[in-house]
Amino acid sequence: MSKTKTPAVVSGRTPWNRFAYNNNTVGYVFAAPFIIGFLAFTIIPMLTSLYYSCTDYNMIDKSNWVGFSNYINLFKDERFLKSVGVTLQYVVLSVPIKLAFALFIAFLLTRPSKLVSVYRSLYYLPSLIGGSVAVALVWKELFARKGLININLAKLGIPTINWFGSMTAAKWPIILMTAWQFGSSMLIFAAGLKEIPTSYYEAAKIDGANGWQIFWKITMPCLSPVIMFNLIMQLISSFMVFTQAFVITKGGPNDATMYYALYVYKQGIQMRFMGYASAMSWVMLLIMSAITAIVFKTSKHWVFNESES
Amino acid sequence: MKTKKIVSRIIYHIFIAGLGFVMIYPVLWMISGSLKDNSEILSGSLSLIPPHWRWENFKTGWAGFGKITFTTYFKNSIIITVIATLGTVISSSLIAYSLARIKYRGNKLIFTIMIATMLLPGQVVMIPQYLIYNRIGWVGTILPLVVPHFFGAPFFIYMMMQFMAGIPRELDEAAIIDGCSKYSVYSRVIIPLLKPALISTIIIQFYWKWDDYMGPLLYLGKPQAYTVSIAVKLFADATSKTDYGPMFAMSTLSMIPVFLIFLFFNRYLVDGISTSGLKG
Repeated sequence: MSKTKTPAVVSGRTPWNRFAYNNNTVGYVFAAPFIIGFLAFTIIPMLTSLYYSCTDYNMIDKSNWVGFSNYINLFKDERFLKSVGVTLQYVVLSVPIKLAFALFIAFLLTRPSKLVSVYRSLYYLPSLIGGSVAVALVWKELFARKGLININLAKLGIPTINWFGSMTAAKWPIILMTAWQFGSSMLIFAAGLKEIPTSYYEAAKIDGANGWQIFWKITMPCLSPVIMFNLIMQLISSFMVFTQAFVITKGGPNDATMYYALYVYKQGIQMRFMGYASAMSWVMLLIMSAITAIVFKTSKHWVFNESES
Repeated sequence: MKTKKIVSRIIYHIFIAGLGFVMIYPVLWMISGSLKDNSEILSGSLSLIPPHWRWENFKTGWAGFGKITFTTYFKNSIIITVIATLGTVISSSLIAYSLARIKYRGNKLIFTIMIATMLLPGQVVMIPQYLIYNRIGWVGTILPLVVPHFFGAPFFIYMMMQFMAGIPRELDEAAIIDGCSKYSVYSRVIIPLLKPALISTIIIQFYWKWDDYMGPLLYLGKPQAYTVSIAVKLFADATSKTDYGPMFAMSTLSMIPVFLIFLFFNRYLVDGISTSGLKG
């Protein structure tokens, strides 16, 4: 917000006009949709679910107050603990792979060439359609036991993998699919790379820095705020993984891909243990807030802020 | 030296184009699969050219499930997507204007809440919202899928704020001196200049909503109300053997709106995504 004060509009002298054109009124009128929406679709549902998380509500019978037993049961529920584990594993594997790939391609595409915008669109396409059911179905067939990938692995004499039958292999098609949708991170990186002044690079070259040094000492620090933004956005969206796992593996085999959102859906919507699912939502909120807070806290050490130096 | 440069340039292009082809191969494979039959799809051939062009897959696929054809599913998807997209673009621009341009008591707090909501994963509120919608009788209607969009989407509010930061404040001030109120500054100054960001919002929200699977899965009960994304999944759920040809045919059709956006509005898409990540 800049400090310049705009002259107050006095387009009439009636009290109504003074009220209607006052900055506070105008601000709240325009912000009203957000305030109402935030209360109606976030705060009220969250508070209601906080109440239900202490009941055995199942949407049919009258609910009974059960205190903290839903929360206590969560930590005794092996499927729940496993689902937290596989979700964290998925996030830890998929986000760095995706971001590294996005940065790599964005970097390659900084070369001046007429074809760059064509390439950029080509690489962006997967992230445009990757979230759809259609692509998930394609993935399911590609990695099926007798699917395209296995048949061609066999042709090359490489042992085939029963992707969706093995607890260790099942996560990889989903992680690959996530990494495949690196397009929007790539675009953001590309825009960030463009913002780095060329004079920095020239100065480094004069000082005799090689390409590797330039990358680590100039590109990475200058890009760190953008990396931070991408990291946060991807962390959040990867915690939400649902459609791919729901369509491709249905959480199997033996819960190896039973990600958090999938398990919440199973308990809440399919089995109607709404109290239990509410407790799960709240635990997820706490986990997510903790992770986001950690990223923000540690960011002071690795995000380079130009205005401070 | 010169030949070395040319060689490196050729290697560069071969590498980038080759990798790009690998990236979109699954999509091309799906499109070609829409013209193959089961045995041709399952043969494991990498070829993208169907041995016989089996257009009948589209007819079989379009026939849908039960008595409900894809005409219904497409109609449902279009209705939901159009309403939700309109809601998002109108409400988000109002909120972005209030946060970016007007100084009022509490605007910092609202901005903080908006960012916090952006960082809140949708799945956290999935069950809580379901409970509320269930209570007010919205489950089984399209209301939960469209109404919340009329109250602003933090991602787009943020994107528009970034964009507005690039519109000189002097324009607002000049308009006010000329007798505009803060309300008409929004409609006469900001909105016309915000056009690129509005278009970016429309197309990004459009394809998000078009592809959305979880929302329709939670709230649409009756088969007559299903969207395309739900219907396409039904091919894989069929109790008998999956008919891959028609499944891929309908998958391909389901992506046509997104492909069209990609072809015609690519620039807005790229700009929209790019600005969201940068400090304005």
